[in-house]
Amino acid sequence: MTLTDLTAIELREAIATRRISSAEAVAETFAQIDRLEPTVGAFLSLFRDEAAARAGDVDRRIAASEPVGPLAGVPIAVKDVLCSTFGATTCGSRMLERFHSPYDATAIRKLLDADAVIVGKTNMDEFAMGSSTENSALGKTVNPWAPDRVPGGSSGGSAAAVAARLCPVALGSDTGGSIRQPASFCGVVGLKPTYGRVSRYGLIAYGSSLDQIGPFGRTVADAALLMNVIAGHDPADSTSVDENVAPVSDYLDGLDKPVEGLRIGVAPAFNAGAEPSVRAALDAALDVYRGAESQIVEIGMPHLDYAIAAYYVIATAEASSNLSRYDGVHYGYRTPDPADYVEVYTKSREEAFGQEVKRRIMLGTYALSSGYYDAYYLKALKVRNLIRGDFVQAFQKCDAIVMPVAPTTAFRIGEKVDDPLKMYLGDIYTISANLAGIPGISVPCGCDENGLPIGLQVLTPAFSEARLLRIARMYEAATDWHTKKPAMVQ
Amino acid sequence: MSDISYEVIVGLEIHVQLCTKTKMFCSCELSFGQEANARVCPVCLGMPGSLPVMNGQAVEYAMLAAMALNCEVAPFTKWDRKSYYYPDLPKNYQISQYDLPIGSHGYIEILLDDGQTKRIRILRAHLEEDAGKNLHTAGNFSQVDLNRAGTPLLEIVTEPDMNSPSQVRALAVELQRIMRYLGVSEGDMQKGHMRFEPNINLAITRPDGQFRTPIVEVKNLNSFRALERSVAYEVQRQLDQFLETGVTLQMGNKSTRGWNDQDEVTVLQREKEEAHDYRYFPDPDLVPVTTTPQRLDEIRSRLCELPLARQMRYVAEYGLSDYDAGVLTAERATADFFERALAAGGEPKRVCNLLTQVGLKLAKDRGGDLSVLGLDPVAVADLAKMVDAGTVSATAANAILESMVATGRSPAALAQELNLIQTSDAGELEGIVDQVLAENVQAVQDVVTESKKSKKARGFLLGQVIQKTKGQANPKVVSEILERKLK
Repeated sequence: MTLTDLTAIELREAIATRRISSAEAVAETFAQIDRLEPTVGAFLSLFRDEAAARAGDVDRRIAASEPVGPLAGVPIAVKDVLCSTFGATTCGSRMLERFHSPYDATAIRKLLDADAVIVGKTNMDEFAMGSSTENSALGKTVNPWAPDRVPGGSSGGSAAAVAARLCPVALGSDTGGSIRQPASFCGVVGLKPTYGRVSRYGLIAYGSSLDQIGPFGRTVADAALLMNVIAGHDPADSTSVDENVAPVSDYLDGLDKPVEGLRIGVAPAFNAGAEPSVRAALDAALDVYRGAESQIVEIGMPHLDYAIAAYYVIATAEASSNLSRYDGVHYGYRTPDPADYVEVYTKSREEAFGQEVKRRIMLGTYALSSGYYDAYYLKALKVRNLIRGDFVQAFQKCDAIVMPVAPTTAFRIGEKVDDPLKMYLGDIYTISANLAGIPGISVPCGCDENGLPIGLQVLTPAFSEARLLRIARMYEAATDWHTKKPAMVQ
Repeated sequence: MSDISYEVIVGLEIHVQLCTKTKMFCSCELSFGQEANARVCPVCLGMPGSLPVMNGQAVEYAMLAAMALNCEVAPFTKWDRKSYYYPDLPKNYQISQYDLPIGSHGYIEILLDDGQTKRIRILRAHLEEDAGKNLHTAGNFSQVDLNRAGTPLLEIVTEPDMNSPSQVRALAVELQRIMRYLGVSEGDMQKGHMRFEPNINLAITRPDGQFRTPIVEVKNLNSFRALERSVAYEVQRQLDQFLETGVTLQMGNKSTRGWNDQDEVTVLQREKEEAHDYRYFPDPDLVPVTTTPQRLDEIRSRLCELPLARQMRYVAEYGLSDYDAGVLTAERATADFFERALAAGGEPKRVCNLLTQVGLKLAKDRGGDLSVLGLDPVAVADLAKMVDAGTVSATAANAILESMVATGRSPAALAQELNLIQTSDAGELEGIVDQVLAENVQAVQDVVTESKKSKKARGFLLGQVIQKTKGQANPKVVSEILERKLK
C-alpha cells in the first residue's frame, strides 16, 4: 500500500500523529500526478510550490503542537468552478481562461481554514454544462478505468483525480448530477448535499436554484469528513440555510451505526430504463440492504419522467441570465478588435463560449422570453413542484430512495457529443434530486461486463445528510466495490 | 385656431436614491464624488460566483416611503432580474421587482397654485439597484465607473394625473419634501438623488373630434427646473406638431426624448418604442421577503405628519400665511423646531417671524438646517414671549437671536447685556416726554393745530423720545403718553 492509497481520514491521522509528514503526502501526490496526469488529464492547474509550502507549514505547526484544522495536511483538488485568489478560475471556458478571482469561494476558504492542502483545480465541462467533461474548452479528461471513455461530468476532473489516486478527496459541484454521475463513472463516492447546506458564494453559477457544492472521496467516511468542513450557513449566500432551521451535525459521528428499521423505497418502473448491468447491480444492492434487515418498499414517483424537460428549461433559463455577465466589458475574454460596444458583446461571446454553452443560453433565453415564459419557465416550475411532491409522498413510505445514478456506465469519448439530447437523457436519474433540493449520494456498487464501475444512488429528505451517509455506509461496509482500483493504479 | 382646446396629461417616473449606509445587495458604502471604482466589491462588480445579500434597511426605508405615499405595502414580495445589456450594468441584469412591488395603489397630495390640493395616484413603488456610469471623456474609448452600481433606488410611478407643468413640479417638490421628512433620502438634486422621467401627451378637442398626441418620455431629468421646463416645452411642441402633421397616438409611436439644458429644448432619442423584452424572472439568488403584520405596524409607527398636512395645519391653526407655512415646513428640522418652540409657549406668529427672518438665514449661511445653529427651541420661545410682553422690541429680538446663536446664552441675559430691554415704566417715560415736548414747540404746535404736518410731527416726537432713551423706550407706551399729553 502506498501513501496515495490512504483515505483522507487515514492520511490526516498519520499526519497528525507524525507517522508521515504532510510534505511527504503532498510530494507523493505530485509524484502520482506526474505518473498519471499526462494520461488522465484531470487538472487545469496545479499548485506544486504553494502546496509544498502549505504542507511544510502544517508539519511545522503539528511539530510545535499548535492546533490544526480537521483536514490538516491532506491534499485535495477543487473543481475549477470555485473562485480562488490563487491560480486562474476558468470554469473550463475560454471566456475565463485568464480570469483571476479577487476573492476566494466560501468553500475554498473553509478548506484552507481546515488546513487542507489544495494541490490543483480540476477540469470540467464549460460552465458545468455537460455530462462527460468533453465540453471543457481547456483540456481533455479520460476515465481512469478506461482511457477511451469519459469520466462523466461536469465534475469529471475531480472524479478522475480521486479515482486515479491523484488526491484522496476533491470538491465538485452538482446542478443536475455533476457530482454523482462522474462519481458513478469513475467508481468513487460523490455526494450532492441538500440545496442550501453548503454556501454557493464563489461557486460560478450555472443554475442558481439547483447548484450545490459537494465532496468526492473513495469512501463514504471521506465524504462525511469533507461535509464537516464545508457545510453550514454563510451570510454571503442568502440561500444557505439558517442552522437554527437545519442544524449541521458531525457527519462522522455514528457513521458506522446502521440505521435500524430502514425502509428503502424503489420505483421499479422508473428504474427499468437503465441498462441490464446497471439494473442487476441495483438489484444486488437491494439484496445487501435486505441482508441488513432493511425493508424494501415500492414507490410511485409518477412525475420523474418529466424531470429532464423541466430541468433543461429551469437550468438553462437561469444560466442564460447568470452567463450574461460574461460580456467582454469588465473581465474575461474580449474580442480583439470590436467596431463598437455592441460588438464587444456579440463577438466576445461568439468567440469565447463553446457550442453547448451557447445552446443552453439560447434555450434559456427562449424560455424566458415574453410570450413563452408561461408555457416554458412557469410550466417547468409547476413540474418542479410536482416532483417535490413525489418525494414528499415517497418519504412518507420510506426513509431513503435507491435508484441508479445513470442509465449506463461510462460511455466512449465522442460517442454522444453530436447528440445533445441523448446526452441530456443520461441525466434522468440525477436531475430530480436537484429539482427537489434533496441530498443524494453515489457509491460504487458493481462493474459492468467491461469492468466499468457502476454507482448506486441513495436519496433522502432535505437536510438529512447524516442519515444519508449512514445508509450509504451500511452498503459500503457490506461490500468491497469501493476498494477496487482502476488498472492504471494497480 | 380659437376653436381648439387641449388638456395636458403627464405621468411621472421618479427614481429616489435611498440614504442607506451601504448598497442594496453588498456592504460597499454609498458614494458620491469618490475616485472611480473605489467603492466596489465582487458583488457590485458582478464578479463570477458572487451573490447578492439584501439590505434590510433599504427595504424598511422603501416600506416607510410607500406607507407615506398611502400605498398598499406588500407583506410578501420578491426580487426579479431585469435583463438588458449595457456597459454600466455589470451583470447585464438589474435586480428589481416586477410583479410584486413593495408599494402599490397609493396617492400623494399636492398643493396647487390656487391653494387647493390635488390627489395624484401612485401606481407602484418598487426597490431596485442602480447601475454604474459610463464616462465618455477619454479619447476614443469609454470608461465605466461602478461606484454607483448597486445603490438602492426606489422607483415611484404615478398615474398620468398631472395636467400642467406646475403640477408636475409641485409633485416633484412634494415628493422630495416627503422623502426628506421620512429621512429615507437626502433628496439632493445636485447629487442625483432624484431623477425624473415624465410621460407627456395632450388630449386635444377640436370641432372635428378628440385627438391624443403621441406620448413622449423625457429621460433622466435631475432638477425641478428642467422637469417643469421640459414638460412646458413638450406641451407646445406636441401642439405645434399636431397642428402641422395631425399625428396622433398609436400603438408603438411613443418616443423618447432627452432634455438639452443649454437650449431648453427636448431632443429626439428614440423614434419608436423599442420592443424591449427584459425577460423578467425571480432571482434565484435571493429569498422572498416576508414581513409580519407586527413588523409592518412597527415601521408604520415611524411615520410622521407629512409636510403638506403640516403646512395646511399651520395656516388653519396658527393663522400663518401660506408662504410662511411653506417655509416652515420645507424641512422637517425647521417644522419640528417650530413646534417645540410653540410647545414651550411661544406665540406662533412671533416664533415664525424669528425663525423665518433670522434663524433660517443664519442656518443657510452655515449651509444647513436649523439644527446647525445649536438653538434651544425653549430659549426661542422665551425670546418670543419677551417680545409679546414688550420687554424687547421685535427688532431687538432679531439681534438677540443672532447673539444667541453666536454665544449660546439666554435671551434674557443678552437683552440685559446689549441694553435692549425696553422701558415701559410710564412714570420714567413721562418726564422724558415732557422734556421732548418742551424742546420741540413747533412740532407740538403742528400736532395740536392738526395741520398737514400733524402726522409727521407725531412721528418726529416719538422718535425723539426713543432716541433720548437710546432706543429702550417701548414705542407703544410712549405713543400712549404722547397721545394723552397732546390732546
